[in-house]
Amino acid sequence: MVAGLSHYNKRMQEFAIILVSSILINNYVLVQFLGLCPFMGVSKKLESAIGMSAATTFVLTLTAMASYIVNELILMPLGLMYLRTIAFILVIAAVVQFTKMFIEKTSPLLYRVLGVFLPLITTNCAVLGVALQNANKDLNFMQSSLYGFGAGVGFSLVLIFFSAMRERLAAADIPQPFEGAAIAMITAGLMSLAFMGFSGLV
Amino acid sequence: MIELLTENITLAALVSLVGLGVLFGGLLGYAAEKFKVESDPIVEQLDELLPQTQCGQCGFPGCKPYAQSIADGDAINKCPPGGQSTINAIAKLLDVAAPSLDEEHGEEEIRTVAFIREDECIGCTKCIQACPVDAILGAAKLMHTVIARECTGCDLCVEPCPVDCIDMLPIEEDIEQWRWSIPKKQHRLIATSSSAVYETLT
Repeated sequence: MVAGLSHYNKRMQEFAIILVSSILINNYVLVQFLGLCPFMGVSKKLESAIGMSAATTFVLTLTAMASYIVNELILMPLGLMYLRTIAFILVIAAVVQFTKMFIEKTSPLLYRVLGVFLPLITTNCAVLGVALQNANKDLNFMQSSLYGFGAGVGFSLVLIFFSAMRERLAAADIPQPFEGAAIAMITAGLMSLAFMGFSGLV
Repeated sequence: MIELLTENITLAALVSLVGLGVLFGGLLGYAAEKFKVESDPIVEQLDELLPQTQCGQCGFPGCKPYAQSIADGDAINKCPPGGQSTINAIAKLLDVAAPSLDEEHGEEEIRTVAFIREDECIGCTKCIQACPVDAILGAAKLMHTVIARECTGCDLCVEPCPVDCIDMLPIEEDIEQWRWSIPKKQHRLIATSSSAVYETLT
């Protein structure tokens, strides 16, 4: 019983570490600089940023699971590791297309708000990055899914913070040369600096 | 089967990727059936062609209701802000002859933007209530102003103003709105039995 409990605690601890690491320390946007296009593109409005975050988290978790299965059951036994990239892109495209249909059915408003950025999750490099990194690190199924979910939460956190700031910046009195994208870039840079403070947390 | 695949790497690569593609294709096909969205795409397309001034000059509360009404068989020449170009575009979409603008609903004018002469504004908020797109900022007994970028130039705020301090200014062409001008229709030479005459094809 005691041994079982300590084992359980250990696993919980491991999961917590994976989550903290993927959300804060190795944040896909601000530390690894992956997935910057939606970060800049969908952060003008808080509402659409929240929608995009939810959709991306969903896709990231699902692709992390699906690509683990594809990697473990098809690519590894046949020695086709060199096909990882192309196979994972296939998985991602299918999952994104599925998400698109799902959102169009369940929330037409969100579908209209996200617009072209929903199919563009396919080309979000964070999604492919998560799948490839999971495969390279030899994680098990649970760890892979948690990494995917953590990456999604990290992406959401940063995207929502950033869009909240941009909404304020839109009303702020900014010197003309810095208006628009310029101040957004500077803000993103400062956020990235702040997230560097998390390195060495675990 | 598995042995054959592990021995023949090219075949394994081919079979696994094609298999994945077929699998995902099948899944997506099933999902497309399951999550089918019943929508009237023609209304959306019509709505996109309309100028989105939400001015109500057509007799409907906004552009979307008018689009719905056109889809139900209403006349397509009730939109003065859109003018002849919108009528032509709708006629092309619906594959009907393009009528000229219905004078009953107003005349086509050059695009304007509302401007409040701010030192004359008494802060009555009447124009704010009239604005269909919330493009007027201000509060009771405080000066109001128009957000030029949001203003659709619909004229609805001019009438309620008790001190007549709202002007409709024509929008000056600048680099953001400049478009290639539509080429003039060509005069074509038509040979008749008697002599060659110039005739304008319209």
